[in-house]
Amino acid sequence: MTTNMHLWLLPLLPLAGFLWNGTLGRRLPKTLVTSVALLFSGAAFAQVLWIAAQFRSLALPHVESFATPWIAIHGFQVDFSFLLDPLTLIMLLVVTGVGFLIHLYSVGYMAHEEGYWRFFAYLNLFLFFMLTLVLAENFLLLFVGWEGVGLASYLLIGFYYNKDSAADAGKKAFIVNRIGDFGFLLAIFLLVAHFGTLSFTSIFGAIAAHPAMQGGVLTTIALLLVLGATGKSAQIPLYIWLPDAMEGPTPVSALIHAATMVTAGIYMVARTHVLFDRSPLALGVVAIIGAATAIFAATIGIVQTDIKRVLAYSTVSQLGYMFLACGVAAYSSAIFHLVTHAFFKALLFLAAGSVIHALGGEQDLRAMGGLRKKIPVTFWTMTAAVFAICGFFPFAGFFSKDAILFAVFNASVLHSLYLGKLLWGIGLVTAGLTSFYMFRLWYLTFFGSARYNEEHAEHGGHGVHESSWTMLLPLIVLGVLSLVGGWMGWPEALGGHDSFAHFLDPVFGASAAAAPVVMSSASAGMERMLAGLSMLIALLGWLLADILYHRNPKLPERMAQKCSALHALLLHKYWIDELYGAIIVRPLLAISRVVLWRGVDAGIVDGSGVALASGASGFSSIVRRMQSGNIRSYAGWLAMGAALVLIFVFYLAHCI
Amino acid sequence: MMLAWTIYISFLGALALLLLPKGSATLARSLALLTTIVTFAITLTAFVQHRTGALLTVTQKSWIPSLGIEYHLAADGISLILLLLTGIIAIAGILFSWNIERRVQEFFAFYLLLIGAVYGVFLSYDLFLLFVFYEIVIIPKYFLIAIWGSTRREYGAMKLALYSFIGSAMVLVGLLAAYIVAGAKSMALEDLARFPFPLHFQMWAFPLVFVGFAILAGMWPFHTWAPTGHVAAPTAASMLLAGVVMKLGAYGCLRVAMTLFPLGLGPWGFHVLGLGSWRDVFALLAVIGIVYGALVALVQKDFKFVIGYSSISHMGFILLGLMTLNQLGLAGAVVQMFSHGVLAGLLFAVVGRMVYDRAHTRDLATLGPMNLNKAIPFAAVTFVVAGMASMGLPGFSGFVAELMILIGAWRAFPLFAVCVGIGIVAGVAYIWRAMQQAFFAEAGVEPTSMQPPLPPISIPERLGAILLIGASVAVGLYPQMLLNVILPALHSPLFDGLRKGSWQ
Repeated sequence: MTTNMHLWLLPLLPLAGFLWNGTLGRRLPKTLVTSVALLFSGAAFAQVLWIAAQFRSLALPHVESFATPWIAIHGFQVDFSFLLDPLTLIMLLVVTGVGFLIHLYSVGYMAHEEGYWRFFAYLNLFLFFMLTLVLAENFLLLFVGWEGVGLASYLLIGFYYNKDSAADAGKKAFIVNRIGDFGFLLAIFLLVAHFGTLSFTSIFGAIAAHPAMQGGVLTTIALLLVLGATGKSAQIPLYIWLPDAMEGPTPVSALIHAATMVTAGIYMVARTHVLFDRSPLALGVVAIIGAATAIFAATIGIVQTDIKRVLAYSTVSQLGYMFLACGVAAYSSAIFHLVTHAFFKALLFLAAGSVIHALGGEQDLRAMGGLRKKIPVTFWTMTAAVFAICGFFPFAGFFSKDAILFAVFNASVLHSLYLGKLLWGIGLVTAGLTSFYMFRLWYLTFFGSARYNEEHAEHGGHGVHESSWTMLLPLIVLGVLSLVGGWMGWPEALGGHDSFAHFLDPVFGASAAAAPVVMSSASAGMERMLAGLSMLIALLGWLLADILYHRNPKLPERMAQKCSALHALLLHKYWIDELYGAIIVRPLLAISRVVLWRGVDAGIVDGSGVALASGASGFSSIVRRMQSGNIRSYAGWLAMGAALVLIFVFYLAHCI
Repeated sequence: MMLAWTIYISFLGALALLLLPKGSATLARSLALLTTIVTFAITLTAFVQHRTGALLTVTQKSWIPSLGIEYHLAADGISLILLLLTGIIAIAGILFSWNIERRVQEFFAFYLLLIGAVYGVFLSYDLFLLFVFYEIVIIPKYFLIAIWGSTRREYGAMKLALYSFIGSAMVLVGLLAAYIVAGAKSMALEDLARFPFPLHFQMWAFPLVFVGFAILAGMWPFHTWAPTGHVAAPTAASMLLAGVVMKLGAYGCLRVAMTLFPLGLGPWGFHVLGLGSWRDVFALLAVIGIVYGALVALVQKDFKFVIGYSSISHMGFILLGLMTLNQLGLAGAVVQMFSHGVLAGLLFAVVGRMVYDRAHTRDLATLGPMNLNKAIPFAAVTFVVAGMASMGLPGFSGFVAELMILIGAWRAFPLFAVCVGIGIVAGVAYIWRAMQQAFFAEAGVEPTSMQPPLPPISIPERLGAILLIGASVAVGLYPQMLLNVILPALHSPLFDGLRKGSWQ
């Protein structure tokens, strides 16, 4: 069956919005800018819903491509082609759905900003590239989207470009990502060299046709892809850009740096899982990176004082969970967590934005407090998100986190049995830490005494206030999704059908490793036990936060003073930025300046030119003296020359 | 065939400009613009009509029969692309020098002379003729810089002229040797390419001619003329210099050195420092150029030096592409010639015309507090777009070109392709640094209030920027447009030697 889904139209809709607002927006009234941006992002969402409605009648995988290739040269061809399968559909729903909500939210949030049109133009541009990324049927088109979202992300991080910190953050994001992208590019080169094509279906088909193909070059390719993914999805060692990216406007943090773009790395690993399934080593690396990032970022998150930075480290940590899931070949659990995380993390950011908005731009947790009554809708929706991220039953995060931890505990793909248990332990501890810092944030923002400055918050003469309906509506929708969004993956152990994972079976089911656990009553009992354990840990985190930040608000300060070294270590994020600066950035700049430019360029290369030139002119100024006009000196030169010739002839004649 | 007229019309335009009555600047500009538009129209027509990319003789007349030298103009897919590039850059260069007030007629006369000679080089099929045009290029280049230039213009102009002459001397020696070894009957490219030169001859003639041309292509370590020359040159001249003149060198490498002496690329039979052939040597120099140019660009204080060194980096890609000796790399190199021509032209236009002519400084630290993004937003947007294109973002021509070169390089020299990575990452960094310091620096203590506002970006500048960006985007979105004519050209008999020798 070949129903035409007009997939090409999907990315072009937001692109049209971008072109319209980007070129004309400056001169147009705000309402028109808004309507265009909402219209095109909404239309994309509508098309995705239409596709979803017809999805059952499609023959999978559904590929649509243009007649003319993009690049065609002997032995290398890349087409403009799009792929639609369950994984794509889920991503499309998340990207356009959450994307549209955040567009709506931004109407209120950005209303007073200079460059309103620019913001919406970039937001639409982002959607264009993200949809290209998700729909791509080959590595190169995926890479186009991959680079493009990076560009849009930079433009939006640097939206307040007159602020040096924002501009620096944009630069950092781009350069760090670029390092990862080069890994991706090398993987593309290897793929071209070994398969002669970049099409997903051809490459995966070729691998499936050779069951003996294991490790070796596939490991190299997979590891290079992982390098790319660590850049985009902010994992160790390239995670450093994401916390700084919080300089961008809050809706951007919600859309790009929480819900969609940063999950591109997870999507990519899931999409290319055929490669990873053949390389236990690469999977192990992914799992270890994921677990390490999860706990590492969570520890930093517990001492940050900027509300958005807490959420940023929390995002890094949650992305670590998804990586961990990919690393044990539980791809559908990773995607499940990606979806629920998109709901509750976008909500957390948007709610944080609503708080910041209410306080007239204040982001410091130490200057908040007692806001529960003043902004009730924000409070209740954020509460739903906090419960979801901490993994309380029956909120969305419970199901996805439980699925991941269960898969890790039972991982069969890892080399060592103990590794799985160790990673599971790390995941469990991280869950506790997550619960602790989230409730810390919750208490500091909404409970206790009001520590903010009323006058400062009184912009426009109306004190601390609840946001407008365009901002609250997305909060409420996402709040509901944070509650019920996980139910689609209700595990069989708890009497559900796990329909989310089954929906993805056509994509991941092919891989043997993806079905690690045979459901039996014993493992169902185990799953129930693990789920209970992680709930218990989360409760513990809550309790600790309650003691420290609600009952004894003075205690944390005293503790920080007592363990000042540890506190400083966490507060300064383990000095990783400084470390990178000292061992990579500064030496590179110094070498470029002193050795390459001043030394080689000005010294050796130009210097030898100058030496040649002065040598030549020196020589000619000596030779010039021969032509003095003095007859006697000419006679002298003549005699000397004659003598030389004679000597030469005489000796040469004897020698030969 | 009309293509020959690109040369004649340019020369005639130059002559007409000199004959114009003095003091009619607008007339002179319009005449120059008209001339370039006509030549561009001719090249575009030829490009559109000539879809097969095979060799196409334009004119062939006996010139010096006793030496077998002919006036032979011809074009294939590769030269067509470079002719098209010349046409585009020529128009843009005039649009960006609309504000020249001093000795206008002479400026544009030299300019058109240069353009005509460049067309000549790309069209020449007789090597003697090619060499003549190649030499003519140097003269107007020198005067454009020495008369209308800025920073250290005499030094820059002289350095450029000396490097050019040294390069062409090497080329001349190589060509004469080839001519004599082949029996001194013909200077036609085809005849010489067909002649089976002895291996040991090719082994020294190839590097001689290749380096001779590569000097003009900015090959490390013979590159220092380029940044100083660019900085000294007036905007239009730096656009031509980076846009087409450096391409003359690259074109010569491919068209002359590599087709005449393909065996010179073969293995020496021994290894020195791990290098086993001239091919390895030049590929290494290309990679050094890529990385080195990018790193040095990262620490420049003068805005134009940043772009000058970035050209070294991007030209390194072309040389690397040539040395891959596979179709992908060679085709990528030709696309990169076009791409870099357009983008370098655009970057120099922003820096030289839009910024320097208004702010009268190119010092990045001084530009920052001027808040240029607010003062001349169009320049800021153009630079951002050009910068994105230059760092190889998908959608622009640079991405396709460098991707093809890198895939080609991966097949030939995997290790080198990895090293290029440093250059790519640094490529992002230097564009970023320049962009931020020049346009988006934190506004200082309102220094702009005491200065008169900068004049807004004029219409010709806008048109020029749109023309160049459009060209880059068109190729980026649909590179097949160029590839369709490059591939048949690479399969023509001219490249037989290369294909048989080491084609992969």
